Amino acid sequence: MRAVKIVERVLATIPIMIGVAILVFLFMRFTPGDPVDLMMGKDGNVSAQEVATLRAQFNLDEPIYVQLFDYLHKASQGDLGLSFKKNRPVIELVKEALPATVELSLVAVVISLFIAIPIGVYSAVKQNSLIDRASMGISFLGVSMPAFWLGIVLILIFSVKLGISPAQGRIDYGVGLDKVTGFYLLDSILTGNFQAFKSTLSHLLLPAITLGATLAAIVTRVVRSSMLEVLRQDYIVMARAKGMSEFKVVVKHALRNALIPTVTVVGLEIGVLLGGNMIVETVFGWPGLGRIAVEAIFNRDYPLVQGVVMFYAIVFVMANLIVDILYTYINPKISI
Amino acid sequence: METHLRSLRLFGQNLQAFFSQLKKHPSAWLGGIVILLYVAMAIIAPLLAPHSPIGTDLQLRLIPPFWQDGGTWSHFFGTDVLGMDLLSRIIYGARISLLIGFLAVGISVLIGVVLGMLAGYFRGFFDEIISRFAELLMAFPFLIFAIGIMAVLGPGFGNLLLALTFKGWVEFFRLVRGEMMVEKTKEYVEAATALGVSHLRIIISEILPNVVHSILVLGTLRLGYMIIMEASLSFLGLGIQPPTPAWGSMISAGRDYMMTAWWISTIPGIALLILVLSINLFGEGLRDVSDPRLKRG
Repeated sequence: MRAVKIVERVLATIPIMIGVAILVFLFMRFTPGDPVDLMMGKDGNVSAQEVATLRAQFNLDEPIYVQLFDYLHKASQGDLGLSFKKNRPVIELVKEALPATVELSLVAVVISLFIAIPIGVYSAVKQNSLIDRASMGISFLGVSMPAFWLGIVLILIFSVKLGISPAQGRIDYGVGLDKVTGFYLLDSILTGNFQAFKSTLSHLLLPAITLGATLAAIVTRVVRSSMLEVLRQDYIVMARAKGMSEFKVVVKHALRNALIPTVTVVGLEIGVLLGGNMIVETVFGWPGLGRIAVEAIFNRDYPLVQGVVMFYAIVFVMANLIVDILYTYINPKISI
Repeated sequence: METHLRSLRLFGQNLQAFFSQLKKHPSAWLGGIVILLYVAMAIIAPLLAPHSPIGTDLQLRLIPPFWQDGGTWSHFFGTDVLGMDLLSRIIYGARISLLIGFLAVGISVLIGVVLGMLAGYFRGFFDEIISRFAELLMAFPFLIFAIGIMAVLGPGFGNLLLALTFKGWVEFFRLVRGEMMVEKTKEYVEAATALGVSHLRIIISEILPNVVHSILVLGTLRLGYMIIMEASLSFLGLGIQPPTPAWGSMISAGRDYMMTAWWISTIPGIALLILVLSINLFGEGLRDVSDPRLKRG
């Protein structure tokens, strides 16, 4: 039964993906200015013949619905077109930038969960204590703080004033690293390059904290409130009455159930995390997807913008799908 | 006429009860007062600002805030790289943040509530179309969607508003549609229908007063979010363009001078943080009052 539900849920994402692709295509087609003019630049000395050839090459001389079908057909095969500025396939540029973004996002999620879950649990167990109140206050601040400003303040404190953390890039200049997977942390471990590992980690910390701060704040609050609810349940009272140690009651019995809403929240926040990537990568000069998207916007490199926006949307849809499926495993009572 | 008066009275009573319960939330009150102060600051900005928000003077560039060496009282928070007075720009910047925030939420509420009421009440083909479109928009992370639109349309006030509302209405639509579907099955609606009251009157006079709380809560919480979105887009250079004072672009402008002039980025960020924090405090208070089950802890 569960398998059927999962297949249904997976199939339901297909029309959404197609819709996303159509919407992105239509938006970009309504862009002011002709794509060929944009490709040539305003002062390009090109003959009418050359323009016509280019239009034919990019199918721009076809009716819009033919262009749309052509675009969808190619996109389904992973072909997102050519970047105007870099003259390379968009998918190649996305693939190049992807590991940097994934590495940053994963570290951000890990840091935020490692901070948020213990604090949330502790706050619930010691409700209304000083630590509880302080952590709730800080998490409220975290929810209200714009990521780009937090990034700047962290750079100001840790890079400019204290000089203990680099402010830009993924690794120090001059530190060699053989690229295996594109994930620098992993690559430096795989190649046994301790210097590169240290350099990568120091570059990762500030952007990851910036990106993960909002998530940490939200998760702390959710864990706390769902722990408070669970701790009042009869079976917890029962476990305590049976003389089970408090640690076991909290971690083994309460936390497992309290984590269910947390998974939902992390899922819902993936969109915020993806959007936050663009901002954080810009602040920290992080060579990931977000930064190439922002650069592409200023270069008016529409195929690249289109490709990255679509890629983000697809990742978002997939992430929500995974969260929904994961949910059925954590709590089998819930059907998707 | 009488029905209209009655529904207006119902609206009034609901809101009155709502705000009197809010009195029990000191943090929400604090938030509300700070929001009002910001609104007042934005309205009387020309009276408060000591200097022109766009007046440049290169001889006065990079003056630190008054409490630092080299700072002066006449430039309370110092000046930026073009010699523009930071305090004046922050005061005027509240206008952009609040205007964009309120307009973006207001338009989103209007579109979302109207479509949500119609879709939730009448269901059918109209509901199907709008719901599918809303679902499609939900597939995009908000900021990325807004960035995509700004990339196509270019920067500017109107475009910014369009980028924020194009997807902003969806949450209100889903909320109102859901509540509409629940309310429609209740006895008072059935009774009104049996009495031959028109659909429009049932929606506006009977059901709407009952969902106004939820709209108010969501609207307040979205206000802070929209203000951060505007600042983020302006920070990336896609929103309000300098020299028009907007906090996001001011923070961005200070990035190149962090080594020497920390205040250019930091202080506008604090102004933004305090405003969003206050809005969220107020919004959480409203939420606790409107649905005590959601009260955290």
